[in-house]
Amino acid sequence: MRKPDLDEKVERIALMRKQLVRVLDDDGQAVGPWAPGLTPEQLVTGLRDMMLVRAFDARMLRAHRQGKISFYMQCLGEEAIACAQQRALRPGDMHFPTYRQQGLLIASGYPLVEMINQVLSNTHDPLKGRQLPVMYSSREHGFFSISGNLATQYVQAVGWAMASALRGGTAIASAWIGEGATSESDFHAALVFASTYQAPVILNIVNNHWAISTPEDFARGASATFADRGYGFSIPALRVDGNDYLAVYAVSQWAAQRARANLGPTMVEWVTLRVGAHSTSDDPSGYRTDEAARFPLGDPVDRLTRHLLVTGALDDARQQALADEVTRDVEAAFQEADSHGSVKGGVVISPKTMFDDVYAVLPRHLREQRDQVEG
Amino acid sequence: MTAMTMIEAIRDAHVVAMERDDRVVVFGEDVGYFGGVFRCTLGLQQRFGAHRCFDTPISEAGIVGAAVGMAAYGLRPCVEIQFADYMYPAYDQIVSEAARLRHRSAGDFTAPLTIRMPTGGGIFGGQTHSQSPEALFTHVAGLKTVVVSNPYDAKGLLLAAIEDDDPVIFLEPKRVYNGPFDGHHERPIVPWSKHPLGEVPEGHYTIELGTARVHRAGSDLTVLTYGTLVHVAQAAADETGIDAEIIDLRTLVPLDLDTVLASVIKTGRCLVVHEATLTSGYGAELSATVQERAFHHLEAPITRVCGWDTPYPHAHEWAYFPGPDRVGRAMQALMSA
Repeated sequence: MRKPDLDEKVERIALMRKQLVRVLDDDGQAVGPWAPGLTPEQLVTGLRDMMLVRAFDARMLRAHRQGKISFYMQCLGEEAIACAQQRALRPGDMHFPTYRQQGLLIASGYPLVEMINQVLSNTHDPLKGRQLPVMYSSREHGFFSISGNLATQYVQAVGWAMASALRGGTAIASAWIGEGATSESDFHAALVFASTYQAPVILNIVNNHWAISTPEDFARGASATFADRGYGFSIPALRVDGNDYLAVYAVSQWAAQRARANLGPTMVEWVTLRVGAHSTSDDPSGYRTDEAARFPLGDPVDRLTRHLLVTGALDDARQQALADEVTRDVEAAFQEADSHGSVKGGVVISPKTMFDDVYAVLPRHLREQRDQVEG
Repeated sequence: MTAMTMIEAIRDAHVVAMERDDRVVVFGEDVGYFGGVFRCTLGLQQRFGAHRCFDTPISEAGIVGAAVGMAAYGLRPCVEIQFADYMYPAYDQIVSEAARLRHRSAGDFTAPLTIRMPTGGGIFGGQTHSQSPEALFTHVAGLKTVVVSNPYDAKGLLLAAIEDDDPVIFLEPKRVYNGPFDGHHERPIVPWSKHPLGEVPEGHYTIELGTARVHRAGSDLTVLTYGTLVHVAQAAADETGIDAEIIDLRTLVPLDLDTVLASVIKTGRCLVVHEATLTSGYGAELSATVQERAFHHLEAPITRVCGWDTPYPHAHEWAYFPGPDRVGRAMQALMSA
């Protein structure tokens, strides 16, 4: 698969919306012009990011089974996409994520304990118990507040990118959406705005093949791919192996460079598979069989591990040390967060705080209502 | 002071805001090159450049969604929805996003934007160019809702809205853009140049959101109203000879409860008037609030005169519009109750 120049005419790369960019081959080698040339240290860091996300998700699911949290959403099998893109972008850039991009926060170095405080809705929850678990927010870490209403963030990301351009900034926005939510009208509004104003934004579509119980073709319709959606807007659109850390890094870097060079938006369809359930409230046995074993793209953690082993950047001992380290980090964070209470345990902050932040300044009617709340 | 129409006053507010703060950007359908279908943004693009005032695709969700993103970045967008009737595609972005961003992120992100939209009928606009959807906004926590009735207030309130740190819905009854329309559609409209509220100060001033204005002092009864109906109520008072105290609420959320209650306690009678449909309208909120807090001062039941609970008709516009006859009859009934 060729790697076009940043300013390649969109019609000359139009077919890439139907192809698949890959770097890691079946033998664990990085091949082709998209190989991003990361150092062994960067690669090990990438692997550690993904392992940390996976360990974090596993610990949260355990906490759910133990009745300590009310709800959780894992990203099993999709770790490479968020982790690699985070490392390919810069501090100051702003991601507008969905609920399955915890890898962005974790790879940015956001404290695990803060994430768990949020998931527990405890007394240290940075969002003060207002949001469903996993709906994180961190301006400092370039992670826009997650909404439960799908696709709204996509056009907001375009607006944020337009603002950065209007102010002469070099920061870019990265919009995230699942393939199912591309059916929403806000997705299409985002594309027309991105195209019209040539906003410096990456338009990510994570195609994990499942929108709760409906397979991807309900959103895709008669199009061959989701990257096809970019074509009618003349937005360069690539279809990429989302389980290939190196491909994700390289294409994210290419799209970010295009945006920063004022060459406009780039759409990327990341092909992956939602290995687990939609959420802890979902039971996929009613609508799907276990296709993870047959999924041709393979597990992203295994594939990067294999690459590092065959290239000598990692050995078995280091791999085990990494595994122990991430498990230890997650457990330590969980123990600390757990000491600050939880909504399931009934230890939360004062309910009077629900009146804060409705407005910048508390108006009279809310002040009067707050006075009626105990606590 | 300069005599201005409400259109000119709104335009002037934009100029002042954009000169004072380069974070203020203005956009919407036909807003840039052409200056808006009601001409409220005329000349802004020429004066400030296309990066400060620009046209958008026909996508209300896109306009407000992009504005939320820009506001989160740190800009102060002031966007126009061409008619309030067109805002429904943007409603999710207004209700679920702009209104809640500060709260759901615990102050990490905010959405200081102003969303202007022309409202109300009386221009033969039919059901898709005549609506008054203020209650769809006042019901939403996190929004402030302003309805203007005259040029002086429009400029001061729009500047306050743009400078506010929260999302503000700014409703402009289009029937009063060019004069204080009092409901007498059979007569020529008096221009703002012949009305004291058409005198607009130059430069910067604001009217604090959440402050009502006593439009006409009186002792017989209190009229709680806003927008075009302020002038209709004035005509009804003049024509019936009833000494009505007319309160122009100006801001529906937050509500100036002190001014409302002081007047009702003084007069003992309360008439609520708005153009929007009756059922679950903002008048219901006013009526409930007044009876909760001033019941023992009331000498008669609170009365509402509102638009009928039908879509806004085209051929029967004046049968729908709560004009001075209906309002006047309600005043007389309230006085004899």
